[in-house]
Amino acid sequence: MRRPRAPIFAALGDEVRLSLIAKLCAGQPYSISQLTEGSRLTRQAITKHLRVLESVGIVHSVHKGRENLFEFDPKPIEETRKYLDFVSEQWDQALSRLKSFVED
Amino acid sequence: MTDRIEKRIELEAPVSRVWRALTDYREFGEWFRVKLEGPFAPGQISRGYITHPGYEHVKWEVVVQKMEPERLFSFTWSHPKSLAKEDYSPDYSKEPTTLVEFSLEKTATGTLLVLTESGFDKLPSDRRLEAFRRNDGGWTQQMKNIEAHVAKTS
Repeated sequence: MRRPRAPIFAALGDEVRLSLIAKLCAGQPYSISQLTEGSRLTRQAITKHLRVLESVGIVHSVHKGRENLFEFDPKPIEETRKYLDFVSEQWDQALSRLKSFVED
Repeated sequence: MTDRIEKRIELEAPVSRVWRALTDYREFGEWFRVKLEGPFAPGQISRGYITHPGYEHVKWEVVVQKMEPERLFSFTWSHPKSLAKEDYSPDYSKEPTTLVEFSLEKTATGTLLVLTESGFDKLPSDRRLEAFRRNDGGWTQQMKNIEAHVAKTS
């Protein structure tokens, strides 16, 4: 089933979440402590942002021993990009029809 | 990732010609491939059906926002979840509403058309209410008007 798109875009529209994605997208799972390190934000704030990303499937939490780690899933972002490419392509076609229409 | 699409295209036709192709509902329908029920008017819903081969089942419904003659034509719409006939639903109420803007500028050889589509991150909302809000000439628009005015007179 296809995920709703707006929440994915909304989840991506935030600097903190983008920086979390930048860290996680290398593939290695991180703990909340590791993600909080070097950040000006509290552990609580980071957790909140991770939950937003988790709610749209961009990250998943995985348990490793007693630790709770977060892992990146590229699928929602790929789907969203494909969708934007599709909309963009539709506009290219429509505008080229407009061009012939007004230039004739 | 960007939540906005922008296209710039040079048209070898006068601004007045391009304006008509954009805002006369019959002309718009020709190149966009949509059969519209009636003329565009700011704040009004425009309805119709796509005429593009293979997509005739797709409903067209937009709320016209701005019609500033020979300068700006805009509307908001929602993209259906899927265009494929087998998964198509005419209920777009759970889909994000995006703003489509066509802005025109005179050039030496004709018209520069800039198309933007933005707001893919916006959650579904009441589109009629939104039309009202936009036409109300919100604060940001006033600011833009003032800036434009100052730029012109300075």
